[in-house]
Amino acid sequence: MNDQVRQVRDFFVSLKLTVVLLAFSILLVFLSTLDQVHLGIWGIQEKWYRSFIVIHDTGSARLPVYPGGYLIGGLLMINLIAAHLYRLKFEWRKAGIQLIHGGVIVLLVGELITGILQEDFQMTIVEGGSRSYSESFRDYEVAVIDVTDPKHDDVVAIPDSLFSRGGEIQHAKLPFKVVPQFYFPNSIAQPRAQVPNAPPVAANQGAIAPRYVVTEQAIDYSQNGRNVPAALVALVATEGTLGTWLLRPEVPVLRRDENGQPQLSADTAAPERLTYGGRTYELSLRLVRAYHPFSIRLLKVTHDKYVGTEDPKNFSSRIEIKTPGGKDDREVLIYMNNPLRYGGYTFFQHQMEAARGLTGLQVVSNPGWLLPYVACIMMTFGLLGQFGISLWSFIKKRRAKTAAPKPAAT
Amino acid sequence: MKKFLPLALLLLGVAIVVRSLVPERNKTEFDLVGFSRLPVVVNGRVKPLDTVARTSLVILQSSQTAIAPDGTKLTPNEWLLDVLFRSQRADAYQHFEINHPEVLALLGVTTADGRDKKRFSFRQIEPKMDALQKQVGLARDIQSALRTPYQKAVLQLYSNLGLYIRLKASLVAPDHRDFLEELMTFQTNVVTGVAAVRAQQAKQPHDEKLAAQMLESAGRFDRLGELAYLLAVPPAGGEANVDGWKNIGRSLLDSFQTQRVDASLLVYAGLARTWRADQPKEFNELLSRYLAILEKGFPTTLKKDAAEARFNAAQPFYTATILYVLAFFVAVGSWLVWPVELGRVAHWLIGLAWLLATVGIATRVWLGGYAPVTNLYSSALFVAWVAAAFCIVMEKIFRNGIASVAATLIGVPSLIIAHHLSLDGDTLEMMKAVLDSNFWLSTHVICVTAGYGATFLAGALGLIYIARGLLTSSLDKPTADSLARMIYGIVCFATLFSLVGTILGGIWADQSWGRFWGWDPKENGALMIVIWNAILLHARWGGMAKARGLATLAVFGNVITAWSWFGVNLLGVGLHSYGFTENGALWLAAFAASQVLVIAIAYLVPFAKWRSFRETAVK
Repeated sequence: MNDQVRQVRDFFVSLKLTVVLLAFSILLVFLSTLDQVHLGIWGIQEKWYRSFIVIHDTGSARLPVYPGGYLIGGLLMINLIAAHLYRLKFEWRKAGIQLIHGGVIVLLVGELITGILQEDFQMTIVEGGSRSYSESFRDYEVAVIDVTDPKHDDVVAIPDSLFSRGGEIQHAKLPFKVVPQFYFPNSIAQPRAQVPNAPPVAANQGAIAPRYVVTEQAIDYSQNGRNVPAALVALVATEGTLGTWLLRPEVPVLRRDENGQPQLSADTAAPERLTYGGRTYELSLRLVRAYHPFSIRLLKVTHDKYVGTEDPKNFSSRIEIKTPGGKDDREVLIYMNNPLRYGGYTFFQHQMEAARGLTGLQVVSNPGWLLPYVACIMMTFGLLGQFGISLWSFIKKRRAKTAAPKPAAT
Repeated sequence: MKKFLPLALLLLGVAIVVRSLVPERNKTEFDLVGFSRLPVVVNGRVKPLDTVARTSLVILQSSQTAIAPDGTKLTPNEWLLDVLFRSQRADAYQHFEINHPEVLALLGVTTADGRDKKRFSFRQIEPKMDALQKQVGLARDIQSALRTPYQKAVLQLYSNLGLYIRLKASLVAPDHRDFLEELMTFQTNVVTGVAAVRAQQAKQPHDEKLAAQMLESAGRFDRLGELAYLLAVPPAGGEANVDGWKNIGRSLLDSFQTQRVDASLLVYAGLARTWRADQPKEFNELLSRYLAILEKGFPTTLKKDAAEARFNAAQPFYTATILYVLAFFVAVGSWLVWPVELGRVAHWLIGLAWLLATVGIATRVWLGGYAPVTNLYSSALFVAWVAAAFCIVMEKIFRNGIASVAATLIGVPSLIIAHHLSLDGDTLEMMKAVLDSNFWLSTHVICVTAGYGATFLAGALGLIYIARGLLTSSLDKPTADSLARMIYGIVCFATLFSLVGTILGGIWADQSWGRFWGWDPKENGALMIVIWNAILLHARWGGMAKARGLATLAVFGNVITAWSWFGVNLLGVGLHSYGFTENGALWLAAFAASQVLVIAIAYLVPFAKWRSFRETAVK
């Protein structure tokens, strides 16, 4: 092995690197915590952790300010694995250390799997209502649904990530191509009458375009921030274009509140309809849906408070879960700290408006959910073993030491 | 002397404990002890009036000692009796603490008008109520994080006034001349009265005067129902029916239907009359009968309330603080003279304080029905407890007084912090929704808090290493070595607890929110402690930190732990943020600066120039 290779190896297996990287990571965690005062949790994750270099936007310039979570975490992983491979001599004395570090690896791998594969959805149900799909919290899709058969819908869903890339989209089930014209991840819609010098109508079909002016907005990363996208889509068949549609999941509506004051609220936009080749299609931009092979019916929501206070004691939803074949048909109570795990999904009590009989369940699919438990057990036993061994040998040594002078004294 | 003094010190400690445990006795002919045990519900928890008296006083004036205008000292229960039953007199008690000079100016009073230059009576404030309300209206519109100290002081005072006014209306109507008579008349008339009102509504002939009286009563009871602070009317269903407790107004409104006034209302009105008329015999007679009735339906409640009242009076954590202070001086003394004798006494004193704290924490667990740590207050108690437990074991092994001093270095500040946190009111709170899980409270929260305690302990040992090594010549080689070993050992435990605790927290989050890790400020704080301990261990294994390095790293652990414990609450973001004041921020900054200063000094003075090591070098 030549010197340079040895140097590189020594660098990557050294404890010094470990300490330096840990110091970098503690500062990363601290700085990102402080930054939360300015930036919501999603923004923090993108900026500080899911990045190789942290870019700070001062308003006038974007400056690289710190190594990001991927860089530090990645180097720590390399350091950890390299050190273990290099010193790969299994000894019982060091079993604890191996177990602890194994646990760290499992934990980090688990988080990586979660980061890549976890899917978060929500399911909002009213008492008595039933749902067989969940909706994403943030991601949208363009759905083209063949509704010709009243008993059966044929859905083609195009995720916003694919849509925002542009280019023609061809699907075997569709007799036409879907051609994105533009995609705004966040937008506002204003009634055309209220906008002076309104730009010309962008689309030649559909109900939204002639009535509203839709303008692109910066993405809102704050904790409770909502982004409402908009898309302009053209449908092109072999004989030529069928038209362009402006799609948006919701449209503003002016209503009068109980005092007669005008209030702006949002309504779900009705799907656009078109007929082509003797079949009827519905076109909409909506939250990504995950269809389940079972349905959930909300029987009752309960919001308990402590007597004489407004402090919440518990939120719970009694639901009925049913599969079409009738394999499952039972009642389940979902409440705080007690989610339902079913069909690869976990259903958590998330939001509640008891007065309106409304429950919001968070629906999560995470193939890596068990790994933190495994890591926790590994690390606990590793730490107990390692420190136990040290403590034991220390006490033994000490006993020998205190016992030794005695015979000399007598 | 060598034998006598240590023994005397130990006996002093025991005497302090015994004295605190002596049951309260009635100072006057009134059975105040019996009264203090009456159960009521506030903030969702059944508690004795004794707790109501003490927590109300602490909220209003940050002290449990009330003083009447004539200078007589009142026990919390005497004070409460006057507030509940003789509010004319209580209105003159100076128990509203006001510190902000502009608020004083607003009220048209000066510090000279107040007791202890800061406490004022309802009567002193009342004339300026309109001016105060105007300021409250202005302050309320501002987001809480953006309010000025003046605005906060205005709102604080207003909320305290609200508490006092609601408290006054808790057991009897505060504007009554004789509430008992009013209730008796109502009881006599309710059947015919309700009939008269029904007839009136049906446009039938009826007794108009009686109907008008009934409607007026209904209005009064409704206002009482809105106002009364305590849920003092026990439910018919007995102990199991905690949700059935009512305040007097609601109970009276119900009596239109049941057509009888609840017995407890008559008892309270009778107690009010006898208290005002200064008739201790009748007061005690009525009280003992009522307690006998409660004993049938609420035996466990009464037992718990009696225990809670005694616990309140004993103040075990206050006594423990005194013992720690005593132990500190004894243990430091052991480094100068009689190391064996004084060292042993210090060890015993800490054992005694720890035992007392254990009993105190166990009592809180029994009373509240939750795991030991549920809020910042109980976490401060637990940090002191964990650190002392480690120290007692370490002192048993090393017998050099160091662990004893370390125990007091953490015990005293933690308990003082706990005392200040207790000024917000009742520390036994009901847990809100997602936190209401004893399984996670007793695993995740305990582990994390034990991690705080252990990390602080390593920091305290680091401080002792630096202070003794740098400033005295007492740190010989074997002591220095064992001190370094103690730091290392404790850091191992700190790593274990904070790592396992943090991961358990993640698992809890996964169970209740559907995500294992969300980079929430409190989660980040816990992670920082884990990483810091990992840095310490790896630096030692890699030979990057020797004894001094280990000591200074451990001292910086104090800063990180303090940040994680309190600092993240200052940001006001995230799921774990609970109230904490600017005052706290100032203390936190001062603490961090002091620790950094110690570290700086430890590095600026060359190791060979430290007094302890200089002399060994000469030798």
